[in-house]
Amino acid sequence: MDTGLILYTAAFGLILIGSAGIVLSTHLVRTIFGIALLEAGANLLLLLATYREGNSAPIIVDGRIPAAMADPVPQALVLTAIVIGVGILALALSLALRVQRAYGTLDLREIRQRLEQDIADEAGIELSSSSDAPQAVASRQEGQA
Amino acid sequence: MRRLSSALFLLGLGLLIAAIFQTMEFGSVAPIAGQAINAVAAEQVGAANFVTSVVLAYRGFDTLLELTILFTAATAGGLVLGKPGTGAPRDPDSGFILRAGADLFFPLLLVVGLYIILHGHLTPGGGFQGGVILASAFFIPILARPGTTMDHRWVSMIEGLAGAGFILIGLLAMLGGKEFLTPLLDKGELGALLSAGSLPLLYIAVGLKVGAELAGLLARLSETEAID
Repeated sequence: MDTGLILYTAAFGLILIGSAGIVLSTHLVRTIFGIALLEAGANLLLLLATYREGNSAPIIVDGRIPAAMADPVPQALVLTAIVIGVGILALALSLALRVQRAYGTLDLREIRQRLEQDIADEAGIELSSSSDAPQAVASRQEGQA
Repeated sequence: MRRLSSALFLLGLGLLIAAIFQTMEFGSVAPIAGQAINAVAAEQVGAANFVTSVVLAYRGFDTLLELTILFTAATAGGLVLGKPGTGAPRDPDSGFILRAGADLFFPLLLVVGLYIILHGHLTPGGGFQGGVILASAFFIPILARPGTTMDHRWVSMIEGLAGAGFILIGLLAMLGGKEFLTPLLDKGELGALLSAGSLPLLYIAVGLKVGAELAGLLARLSETEAID
């Protein structure tokens, strides 16, 4: 099978798996790992943009200049992207640690609920919800009665 | 319901990316800039590793901004985590093998990290890669002995001096009437350790800065124990 096709599929798969992790998972740390996977896929795609099979690394060893060298520009860009990815990962994990300390959980649904409750409490308003929500309807009717 | 809509979103995203890939024939992007750089980099910059030439010479300003992003992330991480809690429960001390291994690894990792930083213009590697190895050299002892803390004043001192050194080398080029971060000094012989002008100096600054930043950040993360 064609090497290029395999590498392209790997980049495609990493991007898709990372997105799935971000969208589908309800655990905060898994979401962060999804971001890391997505980054890996994007980096691979960037490297593949000018990939040619058989090209050697753009490095001169012992004064011998290789016939066909790989493009150094995407490699330098990906180096930058990896470092920035580490920064994002570290910041996201410290934020997750902070959330865990504040709410005692990393479940995104629970965090969202408590966050909305906190914001509503702080603003002194009732927690807004859909008019179709059965609990909210019941409580409103009680209030009118 | 939310799961279903998420799955539908993923399906759409997958189709979109697949459609984009379909139009992008493999290897169709012509490496115009890369070919030009490969042709002249040895002459212009004098570094045997052309990726280093791109990172530090052709787009050195980008690298400075990248260091700024890393610095911002480390600062924000420290800000978010705050002061380490004193009452937080610590992990128990690790066993003899792990502690002895950490002691053995410390000098080895220091040497490997410095080697990779100093040979960044000759071999694959450089300031970022070597800096991460330096950071792990200082972080592994903390993992082996969870009670110990890192002196953050020293870490920020090294970090600040390295960052200032990078900018200072850039400004020195401006004193000579050239543009910011133009490689200075003699290019030397291609492939020799002392070659490529000021590029190794820049990479030493990058390596120290990345190492200090990551070590400080990891130490701060490990000092802040999560409360169960």
